This record gives sequence, structure tokens and C-alpha cells, in this order.
Amino acid sequence: MSTLGGSLSILKNTDILFYIFKGIIFTLILSVVAVGCGLVIGSVLALVRNYSRSDFSNPLKWVVTTFFRTLSIAYIETFRNTPLLLWIFVCLVFFPFPEAMAHRMFGLTSVEVKLLFKAAAALILFTSSVIAEIVRGGLNSVPSGQFEAGHSQGFNTVQIMLYIILPQAFRNIIPTLLSQVITTIKDSSYLANIAVIELMSRVKTLLNLAYKYNGTGTVNVSDVFVLLGFAALIYFIINFTLSIVVRRIQNKPKVRVV
Amino acid sequence: MDGLFSVEAWEKVWIFRETFLLGITNTLKMAFFALLISLILGIIFGLMATSGKKILEVISRVYVELIQNTPLILQLCFVYYGFAFSGRSLGILVTGFLALGVYHGAYMAEVIRAGIGAIHEGQFEAADSQGFTYVQKMGYIILPQSIKIILPPMVNQVVNLIKNTSCLYIIGGSDLISNTYSFVTGASTGGAYGPAYLVCGLIFFIVCFPLSTLASIWENSLKKRDMRTITVEATIVTEGTVGK
Repeated sequence: MSTLGGSLSILKNTDILFYIFKGIIFTLILSVVAVGCGLVIGSVLALVRNYSRSDFSNPLKWVVTTFFRTLSIAYIETFRNTPLLLWIFVCLVFFPFPEAMAHRMFGLTSVEVKLLFKAAAALILFTSSVIAEIVRGGLNSVPSGQFEAGHSQGFNTVQIMLYIILPQAFRNIIPTLLSQVITTIKDSSYLANIAVIELMSRVKTLLNLAYKYNGTGTVNVSDVFVLLGFAALIYFIINFTLSIVVRRIQNKPKVRVV
Repeated sequence: MDGLFSVEAWEKVWIFRETFLLGITNTLKMAFFALLISLILGIIFGLMATSGKKILEVISRVYVELIQNTPLILQLCFVYYGFAFSGRSLGILVTGFLALGVYHGAYMAEVIRAGIGAIHEGQFEAADSQGFTYVQKMGYIILPQSIKIILPPMVNQVVNLIKNTSCLYIIGGSDLISNTYSFVTGASTGGAYGPAYLVCGLIFFIVCFPLSTLASIWENSLKKRDMRTITVEATIVTEGTVGK
């Protein structure tokens, strides 16, 4: 049990705690940014997949709408059926990085900033395909009578979308979107494969260096339990809090305009 | 996008096609064993969650919440390093399907719980009143009805399971993603990024797309059928009252 005391003393080191804390912040910011950007891209994809269609009476319009709809379906299905890690690797090689951003910032080296940028791009691309399907579910939950009502009041299609359909669709999907934040927080741990930025990678780095801090000179099994257990506790607290909020919202009776 | 159109790079991928085949074989093998474990765990904890006994429900709840609220990579590292540093290494494949099985078991348990929960309470009461035992009640009455609700999301979980084998990269696995990555960064094989990633993505897509499409079509047809049933029931009720 003497090794356990050594392992626990790692967590008493304020430098290490600050190091882990920075990881938590990066994890949270990354996830919120990914879901935020994913919501914008995903909404566009969902709208295109659902409504970009017209009949064959105007062939040119039909070709254009079909083209965009197919593009959106292809995007969504491609990202949904391949793992995130593949896209992280792909973006590391192929995603363009504005060299003007290659500075040290947020306490990261310029190389890490570059990796963070590219990995965040992968996370956003991946998350947007999931959110597109969530938004589509929300759009489908709005009864079609709402369109007819809008048209009869003289709204055009864009106005109907902005003022009538989207507000209702988004209100219906708030709980699902929050669950997606939980998933994205978990998914952001995939970044541990490429760089030491967010929580998981920092804890893993600490585990490899534990022999320096626990006073025994070797990495013991108690270090695994203390460090990974601590990380698990942090993830659990964040995600469980969110899931309680989700359940609160879900249990509220839905306000529905019929 | 350099390399994507170079004949040389494609030739390299073709020469080392064994790497990709081995990768997908490992991935599917692992997914299969993980699926078995997750099904067993899912059925056990799903039944516990719907058993109506407080203590069993709490145990099942704790398992599901603990697993669902922490990342898979963390759990995988926990299993792998936990065994490695206590001197009993399990091997990467075993670690992989243990961690994946436990992780997806939590999701399977939720799917099964939801499926059983969707069955009307009267069915349980009817079975009890006819003197069915628990096993008979579940086997003959509840599960046959809930299986159609359970299966579509379960197929989705299988897709996620196959995608999540990519987690093994962090412990140096031999699944498709890890093999692809070591191929493109290897000293003698490196450089063919474009073709290798494309092939890897295509293999995943070919395996996962039919499954996820099946799941969503299935789900939609079930939803439509449910709606029809509700409308039919509603018309029967209104016609009945009008007739009286």
C-alpha cells in the first residue's frame, strides 16, 4: 500500500493539477466549438437533404437540387460510416492550415497549435454529420400543417423556415444536442492519439512520467488506478451533470403549437 | 491531395494489400467477440433494469452511467495499463474485445431496457395472472414483442462497435486503422497517404453502410406501422362511439 500513497501524492502536486486543469479546459472548449460549428454545418446539410428537391417540370432546377441533395447525403453517410480516427489522420495530412496562425498560443507550441487546428477540423467535420441527422429528426417532427399555415399567411419559403419551422425544430432537439455534447466530449479523447493537448492525452503522459513524481522510481499499478481513475471521475462529473440536465428537459412536457 | 493520383502510390497499396486485409479481419474478429460480450452484458443488465427490484435496478443504473459517461479510450487504457503494470498482460486483442464489450454492453442494456419498457404494462399483468414464471413471461410474451423495437438500435450499436475498434490504435493495436497508419508512416512503405486512407475508409464504409442503412430503414418502417396502428385504433374507437 506504500505505492498507493506515492500515487496519491502525484495529485497533491499543484503543477500537475494545473496541467490537468488546462486539459479539462481544452476538452470543454474543443467540444463546445465542435458542436457549435457542427450545428451550423449540420443544419445546412439537414435542410439540403430534406428540402432540396423539385419536380421534373423544370429540368435545370431539378438537376441542381438533386445534385446538392446527393452531395449532402453522400457527406452525411460517409462520415457516419467511417471512424473519427480516420478523419483525424486524413485531416492531419490534407487539411489546409493557415500558416499565419502558426504561433505559440494558449500555452501550446506552434506545432501543437497546428495539430489542434487540424484535429479540431476533423472533429467538426465528423460531428456535423451526426448533428445533421439530429436536425433532420427535428425538422421531421414539425407537422407539415405548419408549412401550409405559413404559405396561407403569405410567408415565402425562407421566411417559413426561419420564423416557423427552424425555431420549433431546434426546440425539439435541444436534449439530443446536449447528449451530442456528451458524445463529443468523449470523442475528443481520440485526440490523445496525435498530440498532448486535452485531458486524456495529458493524463496518459502523466502516467508515463509517474515514476518521477510518486517517489518510488517506477510506474506502479496504483498510478494507473489513481491517474486514470481521476480522469474518469472528471469525465464522469462533467458528463453526468449534462445527462441530468438532458433528462430534466426531456421530462418537461413539450410545448407544442398544433 | 498529392499521391491520390500517382500510379506509384496505388501500386504500393496493391503490393501491401495484405496489410489492409489483415486489418479488417482483426477488426471484424474483435467486433464479433466484443458483440458477444456486449450482448450477454446487455441482456443481463437490461433485464435487471426492468426487473422491478430496487437493488438490481440500482446496480444496472450504476454500470450504465459509469460506462456511458467516460470515454472508451480511457476505459481501454485502464484495462490495458492496469493489467500491464501488474505484470499480467492480456494481449491487445483480448484487451480490445473486453473493453469494447463492456463499453457497448452498457449501450445494449439501455436498448434492451427501452425495448422492454415500451411493452404495455397489461402484457406483464396478463402473463402474471396466467401463472407464467419469470422466464416464461419474458421468453413467450415480452421479448418476442420487444425484439422488433430492440433490433434496429442494436444494429446501429454494431456499426458503432466496428467503428470503435479504431480506439485500439492508442495501445498499438492491429486493427484496420492502426495497420493503415503504420503502413503510411512505415520506413519502407510510407508516403501513400491518399490511396491508403481512401482504401481504409472504403473498407469501413462497405462494412458499415449496409448495416446502418438497414437499421434506419427498419426503424422508419416500424414507426410508420406504429402510426398506422394508432390511426386504425383511433378510427375504430371513434366509429364505435358514433355507432352507439
